[in-house]
Amino acid sequence: MSAALCVSSLGVKLGSRGVLDSVSFELEAGEFVGLIGPNGVGKSTLLKAIMGFVARNGTVTRDEEPLDTLSPKERARAFSYVPQEREVSWPITVQSLVALGRAPHRRGFAALGDADWHIINSAIDIMDLDELRERSAQELSGGERARTLIARALAQDTPVLLADEPAAGLDPAHQISLMMTFSQLAREGRTVLASLHELTLAGQWCDRLILLDGGCVVADGLPADVLTAENLAAVYRVRAHISGTEAGLAVVPTGLI
Amino acid sequence: MTGGRSDWLLLGTLAVTLCVFFILSLVTGPAAISFFESLDALFTGRAGAASIVMQEIRLPRAILGVLIGATLGLSGAALQGYLRNPLAEPGLLGISASASLGAVLAIYTGLSALFSLALPLMALVGAVGAVLLVRALAGRGATTITLILAGVAVTSFAGAMTSLALNLSPNPFAALEIVFWMLGSLKDRSMTHVWLALPFILVGWVMLFQVGRALDALTLGEASAASLGYRLDRVQALVVFGTAASVGAATSVSGAIGFVGLVVPHILRPLVGAQPSRLLLASALGGAVVLLAADVAVRIIAPERDLKLGVLTALIGAPFFFWLIYKQQREVT
Repeated sequence: MSAALCVSSLGVKLGSRGVLDSVSFELEAGEFVGLIGPNGVGKSTLLKAIMGFVARNGTVTRDEEPLDTLSPKERARAFSYVPQEREVSWPITVQSLVALGRAPHRRGFAALGDADWHIINSAIDIMDLDELRERSAQELSGGERARTLIARALAQDTPVLLADEPAAGLDPAHQISLMMTFSQLAREGRTVLASLHELTLAGQWCDRLILLDGGCVVADGLPADVLTAENLAAVYRVRAHISGTEAGLAVVPTGLI
Repeated sequence: MTGGRSDWLLLGTLAVTLCVFFILSLVTGPAAISFFESLDALFTGRAGAASIVMQEIRLPRAILGVLIGATLGLSGAALQGYLRNPLAEPGLLGISASASLGAVLAIYTGLSALFSLALPLMALVGAVGAVLLVRALAGRGATTITLILAGVAVTSFAGAMTSLALNLSPNPFAALEIVFWMLGSLKDRSMTHVWLALPFILVGWVMLFQVGRALDALTLGEASAASLGYRLDRVQALVVFGTAASVGAATSVSGAIGFVGLVVPHILRPLVGAQPSRLLLASALGGAVVLLAADVAVRIIAPERDLKLGVLTALIGAPFFFWLIYKQQREVT
């Protein structure tokens, strides 16, 4: 089977500074993959480079088709992307914000159909936003706004979802429910690639982790194989208590190295 | 999107108000013609002098009021949506200042005295020059900040050249004519002005009305809009050229009229759920209503003194602007 997303020898330079260097990996349909690494190692840049928002070397393909050959609209039907910046410039309602996710599926000036509203409503339900529907998206708390923006990406209903720090600022219950949602999407055959800072969250919920350091992939595999004391020491410069629980791997950083 | 019914109510109300002010504009003027006489004179042409007044003076004035008001409202809404800044206005890109410069040069060189259409034509040339200069300065696919800075640079340069023309004007009458023209007015315009401006204005409207959905997506920032399948370079080109065509043509026949394009989108935004796409048509209708109302007002307030339209809109608009800044300040702190 061809990969849902294949990144090969991807490199990015911002100005004269190399941010990513020959990053390669393949994601299969049905995988929920966590992208981890310390601040500034290029996680956000990698997600942007996959989307084509920054100039890059190397190739990104989907089902063996280079992404650059897709029109912006075709790409938007295949990939959704939740940026780290949670910008909302106007006080639009939560419901109309989520409905923006249907944009790549609309034709001309046609209004949203019943099928569109079905998907929008289910995205609102999944992200637990029903009571906030008519609220201005500018008045939401940080976590509520994050959930609204993720619901927007869910409404886009794409085979591949890229999310940059989607769990940041969420309370534990909503973090877990977000991870459950991503796992569920993966079980439905979609591919989710999310950058994460909380290692326990990554260890418990992701099928696979990709560890970045200095713009390169330094580890790629099952959470238990990536979240090792050696890797955490080398990349994050922390000592950590790593334990297997019934829920999965728990990583508790205990000190600096 | 959402709120379809309340939108039709709002748009319907604005359209009816527009019709009322259009008729008021037709029946207001120094020539003493009664309401029914004037409408009869407009449609039948039997009434001699009254028909000439109606068909050649008041009708073009009312039509230009609608076209220019709608242009200011629409382009203001589009620019605010594109730049995600409620303080953006149609003159931001330097189009109005440069069109004014073109007109001023037509007066300064005496071309407009030789051939009256030289003024709007030179103004259009000024607008074209401005948009080319802004695009050259900012480059294709420029960031919004670069675009604003390029607009500021072009506005300053056009302003400096206008001051130079005033400074060196051959006689006080030319200087006075320049100053009066720059105040902005719809007085004594003919159907020729309408036909000259109309094609550019319509082309500009078509471009600006296309970007509605992209502006909605831009609410979430440029990366999100791009991820939703919008080509931001194309959106920017449509906004810049659409503004240039419509605002350039509008300025070339009326002079620069301030504050309508700033204030109208701002007033209407809460009534359309703050969605940029829904704001476009509402703001176009609202701009036309406000400009027609102001143009009726200048004829009623000071019929003999020729109060300029641009002076009145600024008189009302500037205090509103103070309030806007005050309110924003309050929200930030």
